[in-house]
Amino acid sequence: MPKDGGIGASSKRREDVRFLTGKGRYTDDINVNGQAYAYFLRSDVAHGKINSVDTSAASAMEGVVGILTGADFEGVGGLPCGWQVTDRHGQPMQEPAHPVLAQGKVRHVGDPIAMVVAESLEQARSAAEAIELDIEELPAVMDMKAALADGATKVHDDLTSNLCYDWGFVEENREAVDEAIKGAHHVTTLELVNNRLVANPMEPRVAVGDYNAATDDSTLYTTSQNPHVIRLLMGAFVLGIPEHKLRVIAPDVGGGFGSKIYHYAEEAACTFAAKQLGRPVKWTSSRSEAFMSDAHGRDHVTKIELAMDAEGNFLAIRTDTHANMGAYLSTFAPSIPTWLHGTLMAGNYKTPLIYVNVKAVFTNTVPVDAYRGAGRPEATFQLERVIDKAAREMGIDPVELRRKNFITEFPYATPVAVEYDTGDYHATMDKLEEIIDRPGFAARRAESEANGKLRGLGINCYIEACGIAPSNLVGQLGARAGLYESATVRVNATGGVVVMTGSHSHGQGHETSFPQVIADMIGIDESQVEIVHGDTANAPMGMGTYGSRSIAVGGSAMVRAAEKVINKAKKIAAHLMEASEGDIELKDGQFTVAGTDKSVAWGDVTLAAYVPHNYPLEEIEPGLEETAFYDPANFTYPAGAYACEVEVDPETGKVEIQSFAATDDFGNIINPMIVDGQVHGGLAQGIGQALLENCAYDENGQLLSGSYMDYAMPRADDVPFYQVDHSCQTPCTHNPLGVKGCGEAGAIGSPPSVVNAVVDALQSAGHDVTHIDMPLTPARVWSAMNGG
Amino acid sequence: MYEFDLERPTRVEDAVKLLSDSVESQPLGGGQTLIPTLKQRLASPERLVSLTGIDSMKGVFTDRGGTLRIGGATTHAEVAAKAAYPGLSELAANIGDPAVRNRGTIGGSLANNDPAACYPAAVLALNATIGTNAREIAADDFFQGMFTTALEEGEIITNVTFPAVRTANYQKFLQPASRFALVGVFVAKHDDGVRVAVTGASNDGVFRWSAAEEALNGDFSPDAVAGLDVPDGDMISDLHGSGAYRAHLVKVLTGRAVAAA
Amino acid sequence: MAKVTMTVNGKSVSGDVEGRTLLSAFLREDLNLTGTHIGCDTSQCGACVVHVDGEAVKACTMFALEAEGAEVGTIEGQANADGSLNAIQQAFQDHHGLQCGFCTPGMVMSAAALLKENPKPSEAEIRHYLEGNICRCTGYHNIVKAILAASGQDVSAIAAE
Repeated sequence: MPKDGGIGASSKRREDVRFLTGKGRYTDDINVNGQAYAYFLRSDVAHGKINSVDTSAASAMEGVVGILTGADFEGVGGLPCGWQVTDRHGQPMQEPAHPVLAQGKVRHVGDPIAMVVAESLEQARSAAEAIELDIEELPAVMDMKAALADGATKVHDDLTSNLCYDWGFVEENREAVDEAIKGAHHVTTLELVNNRLVANPMEPRVAVGDYNAATDDSTLYTTSQNPHVIRLLMGAFVLGIPEHKLRVIAPDVGGGFGSKIYHYAEEAACTFAAKQLGRPVKWTSSRSEAFMSDAHGRDHVTKIELAMDAEGNFLAIRTDTHANMGAYLSTFAPSIPTWLHGTLMAGNYKTPLIYVNVKAVFTNTVPVDAYRGAGRPEATFQLERVIDKAAREMGIDPVELRRKNFITEFPYATPVAVEYDTGDYHATMDKLEEIIDRPGFAARRAESEANGKLRGLGINCYIEACGIAPSNLVGQLGARAGLYESATVRVNATGGVVVMTGSHSHGQGHETSFPQVIADMIGIDESQVEIVHGDTANAPMGMGTYGSRSIAVGGSAMVRAAEKVINKAKKIAAHLMEASEGDIELKDGQFTVAGTDKSVAWGDVTLAAYVPHNYPLEEIEPGLEETAFYDPANFTYPAGAYACEVEVDPETGKVEIQSFAATDDFGNIINPMIVDGQVHGGLAQGIGQALLENCAYDENGQLLSGSYMDYAMPRADDVPFYQVDHSCQTPCTHNPLGVKGCGEAGAIGSPPSVVNAVVDALQSAGHDVTHIDMPLTPARVWSAMNGG
Repeated sequence: MYEFDLERPTRVEDAVKLLSDSVESQPLGGGQTLIPTLKQRLASPERLVSLTGIDSMKGVFTDRGGTLRIGGATTHAEVAAKAAYPGLSELAANIGDPAVRNRGTIGGSLANNDPAACYPAAVLALNATIGTNAREIAADDFFQGMFTTALEEGEIITNVTFPAVRTANYQKFLQPASRFALVGVFVAKHDDGVRVAVTGASNDGVFRWSAAEEALNGDFSPDAVAGLDVPDGDMISDLHGSGAYRAHLVKVLTGRAVAAA
Repeated sequence: MAKVTMTVNGKSVSGDVEGRTLLSAFLREDLNLTGTHIGCDTSQCGACVVHVDGEAVKACTMFALEAEGAEVGTIEGQANADGSLNAIQQAFQDHHGLQCGFCTPGMVMSAAALLKENPKPSEAEIRHYLEGNICRCTGYHNIVKAILAASGQDVSAIAAE
């Protein structure tokens, strides 16, 4: 029976009411009295030397409040990078300066050169057109391998080359892996591209900076997944504002998918300009601007080799990846192709030897950082594609080859430095095979063929490392931040509970799911619990929402704080009932004394905490509010098996998804409805990557897919109803809720399913096609079928 | 957008007068292409003259002989709902999306002559006549290359007349992002022969594929075009497909249109 | 500046606007009806869909002056008279047809326009109709399901939850 409340219930989302009635309050809906509007003049060349920026004519134009250029930010810090990767020789990565507004050079189309603030946006834009720029265009560095050649044009003149780092993992395994591959019965090799994507949350970014000269306080309203992180980065590293003088508010945020994690130039510029110009300053990104200023995702070029013995047992994996960093290092960019990618190369399989090499490269493109899945989709894609290819080469059924190599004993320490705490990969695969009626595929294929279509089935697994992350571990790996989460649980006198969490909800439904946990712990109705987030003035600290960490880390912090509250409440209850604290039990909102019929209600205890007339004041303080910081002991490891069936039109190359099934093991689940929804969204993004989405540049660094006219977003008719199952549950062993996180799985697991299915379809018609690079557009599929 | 005045005349002659005076003016149909262009500041008229308030330019009319006349300011949605004419209603029903179809007009689409728009293929294949405030222009004379037409400055498309046709069909292959035609082929069988018009494929905009017309005049079947070569010299080659791929699609879609007609 | 008068959600409103003032800007900035969202600048995302004289249009691709005298409906006017969610809104909540909520107003307005012209649409018809509304969160599954449910069709056979 479905529950009607608490953990495991598909409680309807309370936040929906405001969104469905147009009452959401997104950043662009916020207007501060007296605000002026900012427009950023951006580079239209990919690479150039700035000889001069003459703002004199522009400054005199109607409505202009002020114009800032790179020179105005010379006394200000640059945008910081939050992760330092150490290369395979023990040296720190090359880390270029990242000025708020370009200084000396422009390095990608969209690089901001000047900020014009005016009474209206159109006036600001007109004035920007009147700025006289003298920029000497330089050759654009676009191809990653060419960028590393001797004598290549450098993106950053003060660095020794365009190489950010050359990372080896695990470096000590390098030779052993080489040997294993040399001596193997069979080695399957695959070269592939993981296509550059643009996150494209439907709400473009917005920043509103405000400054109160009387109190010297700055406030930034921004579209962020982690307002506390922005406060820290912008305050400490860019503008030099102490955190107690800076408030960052991220109200309703219209999606993020990673792209709203980072600290962006426009945030710092609006906050800075508000003080400089004495006016609140608002900037709203247009979609076209978003394409050239939001951090992009993926963009790896990889060669992977899988060595097997004669029975198909995996012996070793070696990968060689070039990862595009873009023109500057975005906040967490260096960690994505390394610690979020290399550590997942074992996948669901007991391959004893793995070596991952990643060369991160600077190019004249928009910076690349985490996008839904971040590193893990890249790992999953190459691994699950090479296994599919290996299965064909070895003449082994692709599911059997996977099953043969599954990790079955937990905990399992991989050769790439992580320890899976729990999982059951056969169980999710069993469930998947049941859902998709695999035996019926032959008949479905025959039916498609009768209609002139080729049908293919693609199956694969995935694993991810979520619940990011143990602070001491990531500190060793180069993170310049801790990755704990905090929560304050405040109980009011009349028994209602407010949870102030550092997790940010921008679609994930925290306002509904977090109260389900508290309601269960105390035994009160969910409606008695309210979640407050998105404002640095509330939660004590917050590392934010990304890496499928909210319930695993933020939820755990909330549980820890609630446990403290309950412990204190039990002391009060014990006092009220004149019983021993150890005998007090809390259930259904009632405190009872074990073995007696004595009880006192939750509300009586909370009232006593704030009206402490009959109260153990000598032992405990009045009030009922506790804060906890939770630092995870390990990552969590959601895993599953996905299957996709496609039809390919052999005449046009057009691929249509016929069905998509996903079985995920997320451990315990708080709200199944929300979890399903998270998977659905991830699947559409993964299918989008596989079939539609491609952020493309020409050789001069001009962005070819700069709007929805050329960047193909998945629409309702591009995707089917999905079959999603999460009945296989191996609870996480090291967090209090046994949860693993579900936000990214769909985007991680689905691209290989689609590509495997298309290759299967083409092979069924005798085409010798072993791989097609994403996105599998009709043109690319047709070309592959015709020897292209 | 740059600043401009917006006028909404209710009579064709008033619109023409506004478009012909000394103020730099541009006609505004449904605005579904022009407004995004203005947002990018790629156009800077001093005045826009909206044509959607002119009732005499709206409507879909069929006469007993099968001739169809559509007012220049008629929306795609209205054509989709009311055009009892082979191929045309389906074509209109698949332009853009529902909200775009509720605003976008046939006159606006034809005057813009986007190389990937659908209507030019229909007009050319159906041998329609473009009626303006000043004259009537045969389809073969109207389209003069990508974004270029025979319209004079200040000339307004008041209606489009489609002669009776035996059978017709339009096949559109979507460009996956914009959902314009990556390639669209309109095949029409007239009493005096077959006309095949192709959109989306050529750098010269919509064109007639005469070799296919010739072959189909002899044998109106998909097989008739299977062996033909499509001229690929001036095919569009971009992110979404090479010239060779577009040329291939022209052939496939022509065959499908013939089969479906 | 020119004066424009229209009826928005049943109330007569007027304001002084420029020729270039978009209907979306008039709604958001002059009337403070911020439920109409702007998600792109190429008229594709559909977050700004409103009804003008009963038809779905993109408010970002129509000038305010073009709505002179029109009946305009926005997301803020969709709830029942007693403030409760209307059938479409309720179905979106019941079936988790929204996540971040940004595309939602446009989705609801498009769904309403669809059901007005096609009271019992098929799954394929719904998906085709939503061509001009992009959602990045839901993968569309629960949006399509919610619209089917709002039209009174049985959705129990569609995957769980």
